[in-house]
Amino acid sequence: MFGRLTLDAIPYHDPIIMGTLVVVAVLSFALLGAITYYGKWKYLWTEWLTSVDHKRIGVMYIILGLVMLLRGFADALMMRAQQAMAANGAAGYLPPHHYDQIFTAHGVIMIFFVATPLILGLMNVIVPLQIGARDVAFPFVNSMSFWFSVVGAVLVMMSMFVGDFAATGWVAYPPLSELHYSPTVGVDYYIWSLQISGLGTLLTGINLVVTILRMRAPGMDLMKMPVFTWTALITNILIIAVFPVLTATLALLAADRYLDMHFFTNELGGNAMMYINLIWVWGHPEVYILILPCFGAFSEIIATFSGKPLFGYKSMVYATCSIGVLSFFVWLHHFFTMGSGANVNAFFGIMTSIISIPTGVKLFNWLFTMFRGRIRYHSSTLWTIGFMVTFAIGGMTGVLLAVPGADFVLHNSLFLVAHFHNVIIGGVVFGCLAAISFWFPKVFGFTLNEFWGKVSFWCWLVGFLLAFMPLYILGFDGMTRRMNHYDVPGWQPWLIVALCGAVTIGAGIVATLVQLAVSIRARDAHRDLTGDPWDGRSLEWATSSPPPFYNFAHIPQITSLEQHWDDKKAGRAYIRPTHYEDIHMPRNTGAGVIISGFALVLCFALVWHIWPLATLSLLGVIGTFIARTYDRDVDYYVPAAEVERIENARFAQAAEVERSEKMDFAPLDKAA
Amino acid sequence: MSTSVIGNTHIHAGQGDGTNTTVGFWIYLMSDCLIFAVLFATFGVLAANTAGGPGAKELFDLPFVLGETMLLLVSSFTFGAAMLNLHAGRKRSVVGWLGATFVLGASFIGMEVYEFTKLIHEGATPATSAFLSAYFTLVGTHGLHVACGLLWIAIMTHQIMRHGLDGVARRRLACLSLFWHFLDLVWICVFTFVYLRGFL
Repeated sequence: MFGRLTLDAIPYHDPIIMGTLVVVAVLSFALLGAITYYGKWKYLWTEWLTSVDHKRIGVMYIILGLVMLLRGFADALMMRAQQAMAANGAAGYLPPHHYDQIFTAHGVIMIFFVATPLILGLMNVIVPLQIGARDVAFPFVNSMSFWFSVVGAVLVMMSMFVGDFAATGWVAYPPLSELHYSPTVGVDYYIWSLQISGLGTLLTGINLVVTILRMRAPGMDLMKMPVFTWTALITNILIIAVFPVLTATLALLAADRYLDMHFFTNELGGNAMMYINLIWVWGHPEVYILILPCFGAFSEIIATFSGKPLFGYKSMVYATCSIGVLSFFVWLHHFFTMGSGANVNAFFGIMTSIISIPTGVKLFNWLFTMFRGRIRYHSSTLWTIGFMVTFAIGGMTGVLLAVPGADFVLHNSLFLVAHFHNVIIGGVVFGCLAAISFWFPKVFGFTLNEFWGKVSFWCWLVGFLLAFMPLYILGFDGMTRRMNHYDVPGWQPWLIVALCGAVTIGAGIVATLVQLAVSIRARDAHRDLTGDPWDGRSLEWATSSPPPFYNFAHIPQITSLEQHWDDKKAGRAYIRPTHYEDIHMPRNTGAGVIISGFALVLCFALVWHIWPLATLSLLGVIGTFIARTYDRDVDYYVPAAEVERIENARFAQAAEVERSEKMDFAPLDKAA
Repeated sequence: MSTSVIGNTHIHAGQGDGTNTTVGFWIYLMSDCLIFAVLFATFGVLAANTAGGPGAKELFDLPFVLGETMLLLVSSFTFGAAMLNLHAGRKRSVVGWLGATFVLGASFIGMEVYEFTKLIHEGATPATSAFLSAYFTLVGTHGLHVACGLLWIAIMTHQIMRHGLDGVARRRLACLSLFWHFLDLVWICVFTFVYLRGFL
């Protein structure tokens, strides 16, 4: 009836987990209670949960990413605390099995449920606005993709309280992840949470590629596309090319665990190295999937806040494309020590080093964009400069690791851990935080508090250096990753420094939360009434903040790369149209939420081998999807009169701003 | 659906005339193709790892598999006929040819299930060796796809009977057609690299 699920699955005996459970439960009940108290369920359901508006889905992705960041970061603090304590015979406070789950969950959560949702959220919000589209190509699929990601995140959270999570490291290498060595449900939670969220990511990839290829405003040829959209295009192509590999690989691991097959087992002909190859065929392009949109965001930010067009737009595009291609030829550098032979290792070592060339091109482009620019030190500028410095260090240690000989010494050491945190925090996290402060006013209509934004930046930067520079040194000293305790007295001081760094990063996260709270409270004082708070350059700044749900009343005609900037210079921006037309829009639908609800039950039932429930929920997934195909009322027309009303309100607001600006300041550099 | 009045805005609303769907579905098929690529690669790596169990030569019955292949190839033809009738606007013929495709596809699945049961009764189960794990997974994944295709055909038949050959049906049949022919192509590779290979 309940498969393998019994009451023993709940870890009553573990005070840390039970304490967390209490906190999570209290917070959830407080949240649900608040929604009920304020009578917001209907609003939430009709305006957000069932929304197919790409902007709202994007916002929900980003909220998911930030919430999961708190969980992933709590894991990081626990690990740092454990390693700072567990020296010279001390056991620390985390028993090995729990510690192993924590480092696994930390990696899984940070990659799949923090970085990926943040990236997908940013692309969802920005890409249609930048290309002058009214939504993505498949709005219902978009909603479903998002809810699949949520299901994945919920499963990972659930695993903490019901059963356990994988204790295998975030890529779950067999044979350790096989049933024989991991007999609990941990790896099963891992498999199904990644399968469902991976499916969502794949569908988003397809969605955005079709959106970018087919729905650009007339006149926007590929070389007039803003850089962020270019990086989004390449990222989504990479998603389509590698997420199926992840799906297939995890399916094979699941076949081993559920159907007694022998793909990766030690016995009966299985080959664990096959898994390691396959997972990195996905895994390496995955890091470029995460970093490329951040490169795009940095490009937009640095051009805007330097008051100059991006230096080397074309080389930026070619660099992005070549990184996309090269990312498929480097996967073996994750396991030089596997013993593929000198020639194979040399090939992958060289390919890996070559990637630093297009990346270097980008770095110089950003520097030259700033050169002789009139730089405004907005917090997103700070994030960008901080990124350029830290990412350069991370890139260089990466080239070091790309030398197979050096890798034999450094493989699986803390040097590696320091390297990839260096590029992921310095690149992806800084990039997402920069992008959030940059585009926040576009989405919500008011700017974020600058003081707390800068506090957050400095905490993150200093914290990052404190937390990870010691790990480079420890890596050279021979400390391997994932150690629960150790007997080398000389390591402990460095690990205490690293803990201080983690705490400083924590202060940065708190500063971000304070920033959000302060900004929301003071939102009326910081309204962005023009739609263009930073004197922006691309199309998203041409519409109001927040944009109307149809984005653009008239689809703009594109004549240049920096359309909005050139329009402003030529006096063509903000011209009131003489008439409006009906606008064709997709209807909201609850199908995505319902399908995902069934999918959650399905995955849970699969984890615990509850076959009748699994069958029922699978039928629920399929049945809801089929029912949706019978729904013919999926779109509608917004009447021209309604569009006119919304647009008139917007122009009235903009006129107000212009009047008050004229009174407050002398005319700005409008003449240029 | 009127396409003339709204012009450009129509396409940009994210609904469009259905060509986005075809492009999107085509891209999805390419990603599906990569799943098969992984399964083929895995089969290639593990094919020799019979672990003392039976190998391809002892297990596979080529004429039987040729029969399966023929069913699937003919079903591609009948689907093509359905599409031709769709373009000609002949609703009853479309339904008829879809029905024929369904019967052929179902017979294929029937033969495959029979083949699998027979192997398992002979003691050649997916748990026997890495080779058989890879075999059952690759061929079974293809079979699962065909089964999904059958469900899709059944639903489309119902939708055509209910709503006629409208724009939605045309768009979906175009995708289903891509899907069905794609599965045929994959099967050609299965036949070649799984079955024929074993007899080389």
